[in-house]
Amino acid sequence: MPLAPDVKRRRRTEALWGYAFLTPQLVGLIAFMLGPLIFALFLSFSSWDGLGSRTFVGLQNFTGVWQNAQLRQSWLNTAWFTALQVPGLMITGFFFAFFIQKAGRLTPLYRIFFFAPQVTSTVAVAAVWLWLLNPEISPINALLKSLGVPNPPDWLQDPGTAIPAIVLVSIWQGLGYMIVMFVAGLQNISPTLMEAADIDGASEWQKLRKITVPLLSPTILFLSITSIIGSFQVFDYIFFFFDTTAPANAHTIVYDIVNIAFREFKFGFAAAIAIYLFLILLVLTGLQLLAQKRWVHYTE
Amino acid sequence: MTSSSGEISARAIEPARRKSLSHGLSGGRFKPSWIPLHLLLAAGSLVMFVPFLWMLFSALKPLDEIFAQPPRLLPKVWQPQNFVTAWQGADFARAYFNSAYIAALVTILTLITCSMAAYAFARIRFPGRRVIFGIFLATMMVPFQLTVIPLYVILGQLRWIDTHLALIVPPALFNAFGVFLLRQYVRGIPLELEEAAAIDGAGRVRIFTTIILPLLRTPLVALGIFVFLGQWNSFFYPLIFLNSDQNFTIPLVVNQFKGAYSSDWTSLMAATTMAALPMLLVFIIAQRQIVQGIALSGSKT
Repeated sequence: MPLAPDVKRRRRTEALWGYAFLTPQLVGLIAFMLGPLIFALFLSFSSWDGLGSRTFVGLQNFTGVWQNAQLRQSWLNTAWFTALQVPGLMITGFFFAFFIQKAGRLTPLYRIFFFAPQVTSTVAVAAVWLWLLNPEISPINALLKSLGVPNPPDWLQDPGTAIPAIVLVSIWQGLGYMIVMFVAGLQNISPTLMEAADIDGASEWQKLRKITVPLLSPTILFLSITSIIGSFQVFDYIFFFFDTTAPANAHTIVYDIVNIAFREFKFGFAAAIAIYLFLILLVLTGLQLLAQKRWVHYTE
Repeated sequence: MTSSSGEISARAIEPARRKSLSHGLSGGRFKPSWIPLHLLLAAGSLVMFVPFLWMLFSALKPLDEIFAQPPRLLPKVWQPQNFVTAWQGADFARAYFNSAYIAALVTILTLITCSMAAYAFARIRFPGRRVIFGIFLATMMVPFQLTVIPLYVILGQLRWIDTHLALIVPPALFNAFGVFLLRQYVRGIPLELEEAAAIDGAGRVRIFTTIILPLLRTPLVALGIFVFLGQWNSFFYPLIFLNSDQNFTIPLVVNQFKGAYSSDWTSLMAATTMAALPMLLVFIIAQRQIVQGIALSGSKT
């Protein structure tokens, strides 16, 4: 059925307004996201230093990633960082959120303390912890010594403690965000549910397991997805702590991407590593979304 | 809270108020179970806060005192000159200015472009709307390390490397998260308001500026805080895109300072204090808005 001409015209003007409002972000999407994405894909099959001619090298970059011993180590370091940081962050975050929302009038005061590192730049946080972790001047090591630990570690230089020390710093900084998100989730749980459980004589532990955690599961899923993505991209602390001379055990994958791209100018190789990173994050997120059916409860 | 932002903000805040009235110290009756609760939270707060105190007091010590065993929090001799050394060691005044104007400009531009796109996606019919919105959502999964290499090449072609344009234009013109967040809120605005204005003869632009934008105040403030904080503290992009000292932002200056004064720990702490202090002060003054803004940005996704 043909439309009346004026309806057609009105629809066209409507569409033009739509594109007009969308234009700035659409330009950005194409110029700063889709364009670079396609470009990165091309780069990953090329050898290029950014200046000379670009040569097609097939899958060489992608196979090269697994032949490089430092990169293999860096993937493991990154996975180890995530395995320690994400559960550590979420458990401590939930723990303090659970108690902070019971603190009544003092809640805002505690929130200031816990959230302050979150508004501080990673560079400033790293600078303070560079001091706190330096064995020559570390008050933490002095404390450990006075508690009877004979040889406290050189946190950032000892191979076994570098990653755990960086995890500690990142939990210290990221805790505030976790608490705020968990408190927001906890406050959405209807008090009547808790009162009903009280009447039925449920213990605190039962209420936590049967009411709080299930009702909080969408928040937990969201935080776990975003935290895993974030922790796989850890860079700022490591670059500030070590500049370009991080020991092999402290390299993470993004640290290597930056060095390979912007110090060695192997754009193609760095792009291939970044594509692997993207694929790994896609798989990890996909798995979490698939698994959510088993444990996430949506109330609406 | 003004009535214009009422709908959304009231829902976000009300439960908090209910809770804080029924529990804790304001609740009147003293319960013994509060003692371990507050002890625990106070201990946690101490762990969070002592590093800041350590930073501040270390910045006020003479260099030889930092090797004292056992270490002391407070200086024996107060030496505020460290701040003078730090201030002269790097161009802090310029870095403050750079950081502030870049963060402010990116924030304002992001809010404008994101709310425009959000309005288009939520309220205007045009071919490809669903697909384009889907692409916006999908890009949130792309790690920025993947796009930074081509972006560096593109910005180099534009001759924007080592200029502030490289830090301002890309984030101002593309923020998928911001578009998504604001679209959720535009959808919550009753359609009748717009229809009434349209009957009165208001066009798309009038409706957007006089009806939609004022009603988006709460999420705009939240997104603005989020963007400003991210820009002010950003390290990765400035590190890669900027080379010249006079263009540096605060985090880059601290990084440079660490390289140049590696053994002058007290001046480094003075520099770090100067880097951290402005945001900490802003946070202490506006903590309620900032915390609510962050919570709101997270909870809508």
